[in-house]
Amino acid sequence: MITFQNVSKVYHPNIIALENASFQIVPKEFVCLVGKSGAGKTTLLKLLLAEEKPSQGQVFFNEQNIGNIKMDHLPVLRRQIGAVFQDYKLLNFKTVYENIAYAMEVIGASDAEIKRDMPEILDVVGLSHKTSSFPIELSGGEKQRVAIARALIHRPKVILADEPTGNLDPYHTLDIIRLLLKINEFGTTIILSTHNREVINSLGKRVITLQEGKIIRDEKQGRFIL
Amino acid sequence: MFVLIKRIFITGWHGITRDGGMITANIFIMTMAIFMISSLFFFRDLSAFLVANIQERADVSVYFKNDAIEEDILKVKREVGSIPEVKEVNYISSEEAFERFIERHSSNPVLMESLAEVGTNPFLASLGVKAFEADQYAGVVGFLENFQFNYLIEKIDYYERKPVIERIYGLTAAFSRVGVIVSVILILVAVMITFNAVRISIYNSREEIKIQRLVGASNLFIKGPFLVQGAISGFFSALICFLFFALLAWGLDTRAEFLFPGFGLLSFFIANLWMILSIQILSGIGLGVVSSFIAVKKYLKV
Repeated sequence: MITFQNVSKVYHPNIIALENASFQIVPKEFVCLVGKSGAGKTTLLKLLLAEEKPSQGQVFFNEQNIGNIKMDHLPVLRRQIGAVFQDYKLLNFKTVYENIAYAMEVIGASDAEIKRDMPEILDVVGLSHKTSSFPIELSGGEKQRVAIARALIHRPKVILADEPTGNLDPYHTLDIIRLLLKINEFGTTIILSTHNREVINSLGKRVITLQEGKIIRDEKQGRFIL
Repeated sequence: MFVLIKRIFITGWHGITRDGGMITANIFIMTMAIFMISSLFFFRDLSAFLVANIQERADVSVYFKNDAIEEDILKVKREVGSIPEVKEVNYISSEEAFERFIERHSSNPVLMESLAEVGTNPFLASLGVKAFEADQYAGVVGFLENFQFNYLIEKIDYYERKPVIERIYGLTAAFSRVGVIVSVILILVAVMITFNAVRISIYNSREEIKIQRLVGASNLFIKGPFLVQGAISGFFSALICFLFFALLAWGLDTRAEFLFPGFGLLSFFIANLWMILSIQILSGIGLGVVSSFIAVKKYLKV
C-alpha cells in the first residue's frame, strides 16, 4: 500500500531530515513511528501527504509515485489519507459539525450522505453534544477527537497521526489511542508518530524507529528503545 | 456542481458573519477605493463642463461694413456655418451690439457720455465664429479672406485674438491631460489599497487555507468562498459609498452651484443615478473578487 524506496530529504542548505529510508506498509497495519524530536518522523509523514517532495528516492501510495504528483492531483491523493496533527489543525471559524463535515464536502458527498454519516462518527468520538461548538470552546482532547473524526468520516484508506497526543494529558492520551485502535480494527491503516514511550510499549504493534533521519529499527511487535 | 456552488456561497457567507472584524476593515478600505473611482466620474464631467465653459470664450468675430445688408450677412453666416471645422456661428446685428454695450456699461457714466456724443450707433454687425480646435481658426479665417462676399467684411479680429485663443486651448488641453493623469493615479491607488487590504486579510487565513489543502479540498473549493467574500464586501462597500455620495451631492449642491455656475451637483447625481450605482457596484465587486483571487493563489501551493 505504502512504499518508501531509498528516500532522502535534504533541506537547504544541508540539513538532512531523512536519509535513505526504505520500508513498506500493508493495508490494515498499525505502524508506530518513534524517535526524538527532529528524528524525521514529521518529514516522513509530510512526504506521504505530498507536502514535501523527496530529494532522492521514491514514495508510492497505492502504486502511485507521490514524488511526481501534479498539483491538480493532490486533492485526490489527500482524500484517500486522513491526517491528524499535534496542533489539531481545525478550521477556527467552523463549528465541530462543520469541521467534520468539511472532509465529506470536499469529496463531493451529498447533504443527505453527510447527514446520514455524521451522527455515527460523532458518536464514535463522543462529541454528539458539542456539534455547535467552535474549536476555541473545546478542550485539547475534544479538539483532537474532532480532528480524528474529520480524518475518519470519509473512510480513508490510511490515517496519519502526527504526535496526536503531544498536547494531551495521560487520560486524554489513552482516550485518543483507544480511538485509533478501534479505527484500525475497522480496517483502516494507521501510521502513528509519537515519542510517548508508554503508548508504544502498551500497543505491541509494529514500530519503526528513526534517529537523525535514519531508520535504525523496524520490528513487527516493537518497543520504544532509544 | 449546484451543491459545490451552494457550499462555496455558504462558506463565504460564514466567513463574513463569523470574522466580522476583518471584513469590516476590508469594507472600510474598499469604500474609500470605490469613492476614489466614483469621484473620477464626477471629476470627468466637471472638467468637461469647465473646459467647455472656457472654450466658449474663445471665438473670432467677423465685422461687416456699415452698408452691408442683413440678408447678405445671413448668407455669409450660412456659408461659414457649413464649414466642417466650424462649431457655431452667431449673428449679432449692430442694434443688438449697441443694446448689449448699453446693458453692460450703463453704470459707467464716462462711456455712456462718449456714446451720447457720437450720436449714432457706432457698432458694426458681426458674426461670432467658434471652431472645434484652436488650429482650425486660421483655416476658417483664410476661407473668409478669400470669400466671394469678402467685400462686405470690414475686419476680422483673429490676429489680435490669436494668442488668447491659443492660450485658452493650450490650458484646456493641459487641464484634460492632468485630468487623465490624476484619474489613472487614483485608479491605481484604489486598486493597490484594496489589493493590499485583501492580501493582509487573506494572509491571516493562510493557515486555514493550508488545512483545507491537507484535508483534500480542491482549489476551487478553497478559492470560491474568498471570492464570494470579496464580492459581498465589494457590494456592501458600493452601497455605503453610494449613500455617502448621495449625502454629499445633496449637502454640497448649493456650494457647487456657487463655485461652478451652471453645474448642478445634485441634478447631475440624480440624472446619472443608475450609472453611478453601476460603476460603484461593478468596481466594488470587481476589486473584491480580483484582489481575493490574486491573494489566495499565493497560498494554494501547499
